[in-house]
Amino acid sequence: MSNVRVLVGTRKGAFILTSDGKREKWDVSGPHFAGWEIYHLKGSTADPNRLYASQTSGWFGQIIQRSDDGGKTWFQPGTPAGQPTTTPDGMPVGESNKFVYDTSSETGKPLTTHQWYDGKPHPWEFKRVWHLEPSIDDPETIYAGVEDAALFRSTNGGQTWAELPGLRGHGTGAQWQPGAGGMCLHTIILDPKNRERIFVAISAAGAFRSDDSGTTWKPINRGLHSQYIPDPNAEVGHCVHRIAQHPSNPNVLFMQKHWDVMRSDDAGDSWQEVSGNLPSDFGFVIDVHAHEPKTIYVVPIKSDGEHYPPDGKLRVYRSRTGGNEWEALTKGLPQENCYVNVLRDAMAVDSLDSCGVYFGTTGGQVYASADAGDTWAPIVRDLPPVLSVEVQTLS
Amino acid sequence: MIRAMIRVAMPAHLRTLAGVTGDVTVEVDGEVTRRSILDALETQYPMLRGTIREHVSRERRPFLRFFVCGEDITHTSPDTPLPQEIASGAEPFYIIGAIAGG
Repeated sequence: MSNVRVLVGTRKGAFILTSDGKREKWDVSGPHFAGWEIYHLKGSTADPNRLYASQTSGWFGQIIQRSDDGGKTWFQPGTPAGQPTTTPDGMPVGESNKFVYDTSSETGKPLTTHQWYDGKPHPWEFKRVWHLEPSIDDPETIYAGVEDAALFRSTNGGQTWAELPGLRGHGTGAQWQPGAGGMCLHTIILDPKNRERIFVAISAAGAFRSDDSGTTWKPINRGLHSQYIPDPNAEVGHCVHRIAQHPSNPNVLFMQKHWDVMRSDDAGDSWQEVSGNLPSDFGFVIDVHAHEPKTIYVVPIKSDGEHYPPDGKLRVYRSRTGGNEWEALTKGLPQENCYVNVLRDAMAVDSLDSCGVYFGTTGGQVYASADAGDTWAPIVRDLPPVLSVEVQTLS
Repeated sequence: MIRAMIRVAMPAHLRTLAGVTGDVTVEVDGEVTRRSILDALETQYPMLRGTIREHVSRERRPFLRFFVCGEDITHTSPDTPLPQEIASGAEPFYIIGAIAGG
């Protein structure tokens, strides 16, 4: 029988929730890395026991952690417990937290500034890793989306990282500016059919696509309309919150933007709004059913100034038509006095026959539905604020 | 070459990362300064690289300060020789995290 493992990143540590395929009884492990902000954990599909975690702190900066045993034990790649901490020539090997922007002239157009909130040039400064995306078929290769926005890749299991500088240097980088949460690269989608294609999204720059394994990039924001920027139809500057894709239909993308839920049927070349009858089209998360490529989920949030559900009712909305027509899913979710938020990386689905859907809140609850959203129950209620949720379906 | 054994006291999170439970002792060759102590600490515990000083600039991370013998040396030159009490190991070199947030 299959099992599921839910990887939860919070403001004060990581938690691992496990259950069998019934998804009724759960074991809770944690906190791992207690007291640290865990922006994201994710497992490799090529080796499900290989997990990566982004551990950050305002005091001590960025740490990358790795587990090779499904989260039982962790180490910083390059410095496993009990192994030498220096190379034979005496150099320290601990470089797994070294994220240095590429400023070489050989690799293109080294950028020194992006826009600050007030429009002034601001130096690019590394702050943290928001999102880790393991390669589809190689557990040693992993991508990291960072703040200030850039894409890094490791091909040695997280021991060392190198920027893919073509993204920042493709031409619009100097115009990017931070959203309220910082200028973060938060979404990385590796196309399962076209292995040279990568999608990323940045707040507040927009969505970008590479068709050559990350060497060159172009903005894919045509059709996005953002009233809060000087040119609402600009090529970049849109605050994209999340993009989701179904692996069987990778040219179809779904986006939760700052405002508006959008869909593209041509790999991002153009977008159309599919907000339809949502009570609010502001929100952060969006995800796709594991077996139904047109069934998608969002959690509407009241507004950019009020980050909680409309009317104090926590409702997941599901569309079975790829958007426009939405139904509220409320069974088991609080329908009064609920003022939590659901952050952009905090929803995921499993791939069991009856698709499980999971999301975490800033109130510390992680909710699960074992029936594609029809009914919900909390796995845990009182964790620290949840930053990210990922799910592994284990055979 | 003078060789000194320096005691270093770190915040709890850094002790956890380094896999130690109390003060650590690091060996410094030559002059005992803030820079030479941090260099030795990062060599002995490479998992701490980047957590106290930025990787490239080697600048102190903003929420950390350094104290010796009750004195705040955060803003002095990193190459200033430190007191004999530090060089002899009688007093620890303190790395302190700012009290800033919950």
